[in-house]
Amino acid sequence: MPGTRGTMVRIDFNRLRFLVIDDNAHMRRIMRTLLHGFGAREVYEAEDGAAGLEAFTHYIPDIIITDWAMPIFDGLELTQMVRQPGANANPYVAIIMLSGHSEKKRVTAARDAGVTEFLAKPISAKGLYQRIVNVVANPRPFIKTKTYFGPDRRRNVNPSYAGTERRKGGKADVIRQAPLLEKVRAPA
Amino acid sequence: MTDMAPPKNTAAVATYGDHEVIMPENKLRKAVSATPFVPGDDPVARAEAALAALSSEFGSMMDSECDRLDQARQTLAKDGFIKTNKEAVFHAAHDIKGEAATLGFPLVAAVADSLCRLIEYTPDAMRIPLKLVDQHVDAVRAIHREYSRSNAEALAAALTGRLREVTDEFLIHENRDRPDVLEQIIGPSIVPE
Repeated sequence: MPGTRGTMVRIDFNRLRFLVIDDNAHMRRIMRTLLHGFGAREVYEAEDGAAGLEAFTHYIPDIIITDWAMPIFDGLELTQMVRQPGANANPYVAIIMLSGHSEKKRVTAARDAGVTEFLAKPISAKGLYQRIVNVVANPRPFIKTKTYFGPDRRRNVNPSYAGTERRKGGKADVIRQAPLLEKVRAPA
Repeated sequence: MTDMAPPKNTAAVATYGDHEVIMPENKLRKAVSATPFVPGDDPVARAEAALAALSSEFGSMMDSECDRLDQARQTLAKDGFIKTNKEAVFHAAHDIKGEAATLGFPLVAAVADSLCRLIEYTPDAMRIPLKLVDQHVDAVRAIHREYSRSNAEALAAALTGRLREVTDEFLIHENRDRPDVLEQIIGPSIVPE
């Protein structure tokens, strides 16, 4: 029953275009198999960051699923290149970062580069599905500052926060979501 | 190849003192279906079934990953700890760590992780004992090779436990003057076992 999977939102995967970027051919095949299993028809692949960036420009995917560790430039650098307002067709594209790195500093670095969701390996159908549903059904606003452009990194309002307000001139809307780190901690 | 037509981006922008809050047009909304789930329709179960259909190839996929790690280890032994050789061993081990459970060999992941830690947290790669690298690679291959044995779990636990112990001892010594790194080495993983 889909409801037991944590969401009642039904996604027409055949209306989404995916780009899978991973230097490991086995992993790309597994991702393609899972996405087709969900019902996706348009799944494009690239085997490194450079080819991924080219494929992003060419295919204009709705969702990028990228590995972190790759030759030429990695998933983190790819994310930073995509998140350039005005420099490409869709700097707001949803980016799901796959990684065997799950240490806090890595998750924070991915967040600060502008990834939308983080999925720690080993991947599962359920974990991948939940990330995709989240980017489709619960999009976050983007924040642009001198040093950051990407999805709002504040996923929760902390009513007991007593520090200085780092955003000047007003507060952004915050859509309540589980923090990225909490999601990584949660079993997929 | 012909580029696909880029979609137009329309976004609502609110400007504040030092930042902008942008609500891009949600182009993914097109995929949210108005049709309710049909009883028995479970996309996750479908994907799991599709993966299960591929599982007959998982053994050979894991074979090739182990061969890749072995090849990288041999190149490292022959040509030394130059950056590309070190990265080749690391990436091969890292891929095994990430894929092993998906491919049906979860017992292999921990020893591959130990090898990744050895390479990642040693500040001077030239000081990494080649013998310790060899022992990790041999353990990865042995655990995979003997996976069908009735005592495979105990074998994997013994090999992994000992290698992790030796590796951690080495890393703690090598990072004795780097408290931030020591914290990462000793600290628990944020991911559940």
